[in-house]
Amino acid sequence: MTTQPRTLYQKIWDAHVVDTRDDGTCLIYIDRHIVHEVTSPQAFAALRANGRKVRRPDLHIAVPDHNLPTTARRDASGNRVPIADPQSAQQLDMLEKNAPEFGIRYIGDADPEQGIVHVVGPEQGFSLPGATIVCGDSHTACNGGLGALAFGIGTSEVEHVMATQTLLLKQSKTFQVNVEGTLGAGVSPKDVILHIIGQVGTAGGTGYVIEYTGNVFREMSIEGRLTVSNMSIEAGARAGLIAPDETTFAYVKGRPYAPRGADWDKAVAWWKSLASDPGATYDKSIHIRAEDIQPTVTWGTSPEDTAPIGAVVPSPDDFTDASKRQAVAHSLEYMGLTPGTKLTDIEVQNVFIGSCTNSRIEDIRAAAQVLKGRKKADNVTWAIVVPGSGLVKAQAEAEGLDKIIIEAGLEWREPGCSACLAMNPDKVPAGERCASTSNRNFTGRQGPGARTHLVSPAMAAAAAVTGRLADVRELTENA
Amino acid sequence: MNPISQVSGRAYPFGRKNVDTDVIIPAQWLKTVTREGLGQGCLESVKAEPGNVFTDPTYEGAPILIAGDNFGCGSSREHAAWALLDMGVTCVIAPSFSDIFSGNAFKNGILTVAIPQEAIDRLMEVATTDPISVDLETQTVTTPFQDRFTFEIDPFRKHCLLNGLDEVGLTLAQDAEIGTYEAKAREELPFLASPKLAEA
Repeated sequence: MTTQPRTLYQKIWDAHVVDTRDDGTCLIYIDRHIVHEVTSPQAFAALRANGRKVRRPDLHIAVPDHNLPTTARRDASGNRVPIADPQSAQQLDMLEKNAPEFGIRYIGDADPEQGIVHVVGPEQGFSLPGATIVCGDSHTACNGGLGALAFGIGTSEVEHVMATQTLLLKQSKTFQVNVEGTLGAGVSPKDVILHIIGQVGTAGGTGYVIEYTGNVFREMSIEGRLTVSNMSIEAGARAGLIAPDETTFAYVKGRPYAPRGADWDKAVAWWKSLASDPGATYDKSIHIRAEDIQPTVTWGTSPEDTAPIGAVVPSPDDFTDASKRQAVAHSLEYMGLTPGTKLTDIEVQNVFIGSCTNSRIEDIRAAAQVLKGRKKADNVTWAIVVPGSGLVKAQAEAEGLDKIIIEAGLEWREPGCSACLAMNPDKVPAGERCASTSNRNFTGRQGPGARTHLVSPAMAAAAAVTGRLADVRELTENA
Repeated sequence: MNPISQVSGRAYPFGRKNVDTDVIIPAQWLKTVTREGLGQGCLESVKAEPGNVFTDPTYEGAPILIAGDNFGCGSSREHAAWALLDMGVTCVIAPSFSDIFSGNAFKNGILTVAIPQEAIDRLMEVATTDPISVDLETQTVTTPFQDRFTFEIDPFRKHCLLNGLDEVGLTLAQDAEIGTYEAKAREELPFLASPKLAEA
């Protein structure tokens, strides 16, 4: 093993190499795999067709999340409420049958531990610092907030991991995103990552793993770090990483799958050794001042289309690159926006608070803090809060946050992916706008013709009560 | 997986940048439990745009698609690769691809060819009137007008594509090495090697 200073990424990589080929491709061991219902049926079918089994079923868990309705899943007598869409029902049914057939633990639709895969992994202590974690879902990058090397894979790779517990990979380059300074009031981890994506662009991290460094991340909660790392893929990076530290250990300790006893001590000692060595070099770096980050929203159909809330809708002419000018014109047409319009003059009809990016307890608290004692604006016709898991839901209810949300006129739902990608019945109507705490403002993402503005939970709550994109600082600073 | 050595024929001169996998195959199409039949939903929002190249009879059945930077960004859905294949596309040419998409394409025998924007601009022009030829063995893209652009490809991927090899089968043959790693991990990283659920 090299004595050169190594990055966090390099250390995790080195600890997982099974075999190295002449061309540098490595067979990398995968410690954890989380399975959901959308990207797994074809993988299970291929295993079955080839007479293959899952090599290490104990390293996999299966959780349904994408297709589940966020309305009640059991009726008053405890019977399952049928799922209206037959295709959704079929996918869910297949996961429920496939997982036990291959020896994988299945967390069911009405189990308290059920939730969005990327919320469940860290919450259960299944995702651990220093682990290699995969899932057939690009937001697996989320787990990098714990200091795990976590990334999304396609269905063929799902099959590969199930059969061999490994993946064939080439090392990525490393990209340091350093944010130092003091975040202003009303500036959340979501604003930090939206600002970063605006700076880096959606292809800026392609071929790289991002390591987030600087005091802003060291001082951030694990929930916040998960939000930041979650959207690494929106900057093109397959994975994000934040060095594990005391905050991480405190978060992991005592969770159902967390190491215990002597294993815990051994784990912490190893985790402490993972931080990038002084003098370790990155293939590229950017440095951002925390003071430059404002509450941020998106105006277009790419997550790089960000602006501080005090800005106006840009014009295609503001961009020098010809293809970007064309893309912006196309975006503005889809979004129904005119250059020069103040962002705070944009009315929204829908508000979605949820998704693997922003559905953890701190997100629900941040939204509730803004909603407390206020009412949803009349022009907002649909506003839902979808907790990331059954455990987040229970915690929020124990804190009385559900009551605040309901009194403000928003709906309090069952956990799942919901309107982030609208595979279940939660959709934004065509031509309408949604202030959404999710991760993608792509064309049609929240439903055909839906217009998405990405925001933080507090900003989504501010949009709900004002009926337009709003600067949350104006609601909280004079409160 | 079918072996692939050459793709020749008409090419869709699409050229758009940052085409995400939600655009290639929207979420409502992800409810399938097979790999087939997704061609119908492939690029459906683009196909609804007036004057788009995908519904233009000139390009019907084209095996090649020419796009802009960062093709296949966003969601990891392999359905994007399956949808393109089902539509008959076996080669995508662009200045750059998202990492996850290019991996998924490779695993389904779709050739992703990364060449500079200038070459893309030229191919976009040729594609409106003439066919294009992509040869994996020699790693070249050629036109009937003597244009010749070379591209890089990972040697292992090239070998697998040319021979139609199944990666899972190849890795299963390394069972002994995987077992050796697991034994070492149980000693050195027991907390990762064997997760145990706490008693409730």
